[in-house]
Formats: sequence, structure tokens, C-alpha cells
Amino acid sequence: MAAHADSHGHGHVHAHHPAHQHHFETMEQQSEAATLGMWLFLVTEVMFFGGLLMAYLLYRVWYPHAWSEGSLELDIVLGGVNTVVLIGSSLTMALAVRAAQTDQRRATIVFLILTMALGLTFLVIKFFEYKHKFDTGHVPGPNFHFEGPDAPQVEIFLSLYFALTGLHALHMLIGFGIMSVILWMAIKNRFSHEWYTPVELAGLYWHFVDIVWIFLFPLLYLVDRSHHFA
Amino acid sequence: MITATATESPVNYLNHQSTVASWLLTKDHKRIGLMYMVSVTIAFIIGAFFAALIRAELATPQGDLLSADVYNRVFTMHGVAMVFFVLIPAVPAILGNFVLPLMLGAKDVAFPKLNLLSWYVFVLGLTFTVGAMIYGGVDTGWTFYPPYSTEGSNSNVLLAGIGVFITGFSSILTGLNFMVTIHRMRAPGLTWFRLPLFVWAVYSTALVMVLGTPVVAITVAMVAVERAFGLGFFDPRLGGDPVLFQHLFWFYSHPAVYIMILPPMGVISEVIACFSRKNVFGYSFVAFSSLAIAVFGFLVWAHHLFVAGISAYSAMVFSFLTFAVAIPSAVKTFNWTATLYRAAIWWKAPMAWVYGFMGLFLVGGLTGLFTASLGIDIHIHDTYFVVAHFHYIMVGGAIMGYFAGLHYWWPKMTGRMYHDGLAKLSALLVFVGFNMTFFPQFILGYLGMPRRYHMYPPEFQVLNLASTAGATVLGIGYLLPMLYLTYSFFKGQKAGANPWLATGLEWTTQSPPLPHNFIEQPIVTEGAYEYSKREIKVA
Repeated sequence: MAAHADSHGHGHVHAHHPAHQHHFETMEQQSEAATLGMWLFLVTEVMFFGGLLMAYLLYRVWYPHAWSEGSLELDIVLGGVNTVVLIGSSLTMALAVRAAQTDQRRATIVFLILTMALGLTFLVIKFFEYKHKFDTGHVPGPNFHFEGPDAPQVEIFLSLYFALTGLHALHMLIGFGIMSVILWMAIKNRFSHEWYTPVELAGLYWHFVDIVWIFLFPLLYLVDRSHHFA
Repeated sequence: MITATATESPVNYLNHQSTVASWLLTKDHKRIGLMYMVSVTIAFIIGAFFAALIRAELATPQGDLLSADVYNRVFTMHGVAMVFFVLIPAVPAILGNFVLPLMLGAKDVAFPKLNLLSWYVFVLGLTFTVGAMIYGGVDTGWTFYPPYSTEGSNSNVLLAGIGVFITGFSSILTGLNFMVTIHRMRAPGLTWFRLPLFVWAVYSTALVMVLGTPVVAITVAMVAVERAFGLGFFDPRLGGDPVLFQHLFWFYSHPAVYIMILPPMGVISEVIACFSRKNVFGYSFVAFSSLAIAVFGFLVWAHHLFVAGISAYSAMVFSFLTFAVAIPSAVKTFNWTATLYRAAIWWKAPMAWVYGFMGLFLVGGLTGLFTASLGIDIHIHDTYFVVAHFHYIMVGGAIMGYFAGLHYWWPKMTGRMYHDGLAKLSALLVFVGFNMTFFPQFILGYLGMPRRYHMYPPEFQVLNLASTAGATVLGIGYLLPMLYLTYSFFKGQKAGANPWLATGLEWTTQSPPLPHNFIEQPIVTEGAYEYSKREIKVA
């Protein structure tokens, strides 16, 4: 930094931050570009899940009985616990961003580790849910087994269940990888109130994956529950 | 709008580093553009080889060269190679990468590493697809319709599907990169309405890439998962609906046509302005028509499904919306014509390709209105009329526009000129060869010859022979530029910074440009096409 501390004009204090890339004029321009890019990426993600949700919508309208039968096969307790776990991880993530903004290195690290631990908890619970489906023959494909008049349509429901939650779990795994990098950077003390863009963008991604689950939980687990518990 | 005067320096983006690693690990948008040019050209040669096989087979009615099964694979691989690996990336990834940051007065795109990654993703997708071709090919048609693609076909649907899926991400990331670049990397003074129209076109294209491509990616993935693990999304035995696939597929694949045609339209605006020495007539209308095409383009997909069993009511709505897309397209065409009107036209090679574009796009666009009409579409659906129509748009329009842009920016990219006469000759050959190839197909389709068959009744032979003969001329027309441009790259005359005396920031730096584009940050003080203010006029 000191090497460049000659008589430049205004606003050039930030320009020599170690994270500053040469093709951007200022740090503001760089972080604005990165943030816009992340939001656009999340738009593409919405469209990506959108294709599956379109299929879900069509078949749910066509086969409401199969949807309620299939939904009752899902474990509402495990799903509910996972929902709470993920919302909790979004809170710790938001706190990690806040800590990075306010130069609290230790708190950043602690909250990032908590976020990762909650994410891992989610995946472990999801693993046991999947395992149960495999044990009971509820996995679509040649060995699919289901008793009932709507069995073929329940197979479509469970296909969409595995596609949607599988894609979501894949995003969780990727998020776990991203968090590891962010954690490593936090340990190396890279972030400060001047530059915390990576924490913020990783947070955006994490919240997005969380929101996807908040849609998936009612769409998959809560079809027609009230009717059956009345 | 020029502030920095270009002083020729021996150092440029091509020669400042010369190791193989300096290319493969480059983050320079200009080098990445050239790398796309090489890989897209390879895909073009593969696709053209299959096209040649198709035309050779159809020279005779008997179906004696290829068996029906091989023919299915040949036209599928022609389509897959040309659509996903040539037409979609041609103008945005090659020309867009090269000129977009220069036009904006930026040092690079917003995310240079992501840009390099996009190229690797593209090459990986191409590798998978070529792998599918080597291991016996695919026979589903480039549209991968289930249930045939999910269980009927015994060809390499999975490999090709994975290839298309991967390539989709290259397109998504490029679109995202361009959008952020246009929003955040413009030079001081470069307001939205001072942007070159090519930038507006690329922006609209990027919008389609970002919103559409993820949908086709997940759709192809659904087919792949259904095929590989037996999950049921489109399986009619379970109550699944194959038509749902068609909806999801065309939700992207129709807008994809606008990914192919919008950037060439942007090129046409640039070239017409330069060689007419005038401002583009109705600048803001041309700019907004690009956005309008991108938006309307998302609302017309079901016109591919008129005979797939959709309701008459929704067919009427989609027919109407399809007609509506003709409006912004016509706005562009009329404004270009008005720009040419009473202009002092400078008759150089890029202009020859522009004229070719306008002629072929006009025919392609107008025959689109035939296919959009419900009654006529029932007659011509899945016939050679449709084949001719979309080749006029996607090859006649998009590839002609690509060549117009390539000839226009070639001196900037390489610092060298090519032989103007040869370039005009190949534009003529392509125009004549193209019309000979595809115009007879309109008549064939109208007479009822269906697409995707390797044999046909003998009375169709004359027109098919004309088409095959035309394809030969077309092939020579495409081969010529590869030869004289390669020669020009090594031996061509030095071009200088601005051989066309054009406006636009890309012409203010030297040719080939410096590694970081400009000596100092350009500042923009006027609109994009202020040719009337230029001191030097051309006769």
C-alpha cells in the first residue's frame, strides 16, 4: 500500500487493497459488479429449479390423490426438524456476515463453523430419510414398490421428491465447499470492514438454498396433511 | 468520442506472451474470443460434415448411401453440433467477447476468470458430445423428445445430453458476465443511449441466456435421470406427459433462436452505420426492439406444439403472440433500410455480407409468418418447409451476420487486412449457394416432403438435386473465408488502428489492441454513430 501512497486524487485509498483486481477502477465498482453477478446467478438458479417445479405443478393438479398419498409417506418430523435447522443456519450465516463487516475475526470464524455444522446436520438427517426410502422400496425405478390404486402417479411424486430434494442437497454440498473456503479466508484474516464481499456473496447463496427448502418443505411434506390429521 | 489517440506499439495482446500456457490460462477477453473462434470453427466443420452426408444421401430418392438408422444419427448430430456448439456461441462468445469490453472502454469483462472457465466448460461439453458421436452417435433428433429419448433409443443419448447440459452452463455464465459488464464497466460518459447497438443486442441476448438456458439444462437433466435411473417425469405409463417435456424444452429452445439472431442483428447495425457513414435511423427503436424480441421471444414457445395436442384456445394465443414478434423484427429491418436510404454507401466486403443477411433474413422472417398461422402450420408441420424456414433464419441470418462482423472486426482482431474481392466473392457464393440449397426446400415442404426421412418419392428428385448442388456452392462459399482469413492472419497487409474510419471506442486503440485495451481510460462525450461530425469522409 505504502508504495503507492503518492499524491493521487480522491478515492484512491481503496484502490490498492490486496483484493483489488486491476480491471476495476475502484473497489466499489468491483464489489458492486460481484454482488450484481451473484444476484443474476441466483436468478438462473430460480429458473433451474423452476423447470422441476413446473412439472410438480402440472402433476399435482392432475393427480391430487397421488400427491396426498405420496406426501404422507414422507417423515414430517425429520422434515420439520430440518426446516428449523436450516433457518437456524441462515441466522448464523447472517451473523457471520455482520461479524465480518465489523472486523470481528473470531466471531466470523465461530459463526461460519456453526453454519457449516448446521448444514451438515441437515445433510445427515436427509441421508437417513433417503435410507428409509431405499429400505421400503419407495425409490422410483425398476424396483419401485408401493401399495395402492395410485401407485404409478405416486412414483411420479417420489421422482420429483428425489429430484427436488436431491438437487437441493447437491446445492447444500456445494455450499459446504464454499463455506470451507470462506472459513479458510477468515482464518487467514482476509476480511475487514473495507472488504468482505466473499462472505456476503456466500451468505446470499446460503440464504437462497435455505429459501428453496422453505418452498420444498410445504410442497412435498405438507400436501393435504390437515385432512388426514383432522 | 475519441480522447486517447492510438500510437502504434509493437506490443499487443497477441505477441506480448506466446507460450501455450499463456493462451490456455489467459484471462484476456480478446484471447478467449479467439479461442472460442477456433473451437466453434471445429464444431462447424463437424456439423458441416454431417450436413454434407445428409445432402449426399438425399441426392437420390432410394436411400442407398446411408441406412435409415445411420441417417437418423447423421441429422441428429448435424443439429446438435450446429445449434449448441456453433449458432448459440458464434456471435456472442467470439465477437461479443472480443469487442464488448473494447466498445465499453473497459479493460476486460467483469469476471475474467469466469470467462476463461466458460470456455473450458464449453470445450468439456463439446468433448462429451464428440464422444457420443465417436461411440456411434445419437438418433433422437437434436430435440431429444421423450419417450423415445428416455427408453426407445439405444443410441448415446446420455453422453450427448450431458454434453448439451454442460455447454448450457458455458452459455449461462457468459450471459451473466456480459450483463454485469454492461451494467458496471462502462467508461465515464458512456450512458445507455450512447451505447453501440451491438451492446444492446448482446444485453438482450444475455437476458435470454440467463433466464432460458437453466430451464433447458434441468429439462435435459430430467431426461438423463429418467433414462439412467428410471425416475418417472415424462413416462406415459405412469401418467407422465411427454408434451410437458416439449413445453419445457421449447421454453428455452425457441428463445435460443433469438440468442442466435439478436447478436448478428447488432452486428448489422454497426456495419450499416459505418459503411453508410450515417447515424442509425431510429436508434432508440432499434435498441428497444432488441429487448422487445428478447421478451416476446419467451411467450411464443408453444407454436412448436400446434400439432402436439395443445388446446385450440392456447394455440390461438400462441399464434397471435408469434405474429407479434414480427413487429420488432420489422422495426429493425425498416430502420436499417432507412439508414441505407440516400447514404453514401462505401462498398466494402462487410457490407456484402450485410446485404446477404438482409435478403435471407427477410425470407426467413416472412416464412415464419406462414408457420405461425394455425391452418397453414398443420399442412407444413414437420416438412421441408419448416427446415427451409429455420435455416434461412439460423444459417442465412445468423451465420451471414457472423461473417459480416468477422470481416468488420477482423482488422481490429488481427491487425491485418484480407483480400476485399475474395471476401465479396465468398459473400456472393454463400448467398447464391444458400438460396439454391434451401429455396427448393420450401417447395418440397409445401408439396409434402416430410423432414428426417432418408428416402423420398422419385418426383421430388429434381428439387432435391438442386438443393444438393446448392449445398456444394455453399460449402465453397464457407471454405473460402477460412483460407483467405488464415492467409491474412499471417501475411495480410497491416490494417492500422481504424481502417474503416469508424466511430466506436474499439477503433480508438491500436490494432491488434494492447493487452489491457487502452493506454488511458477513454471518456465518452457523444452518441455511438456521429459519422456526420467526422472530419474524414470517404467517397
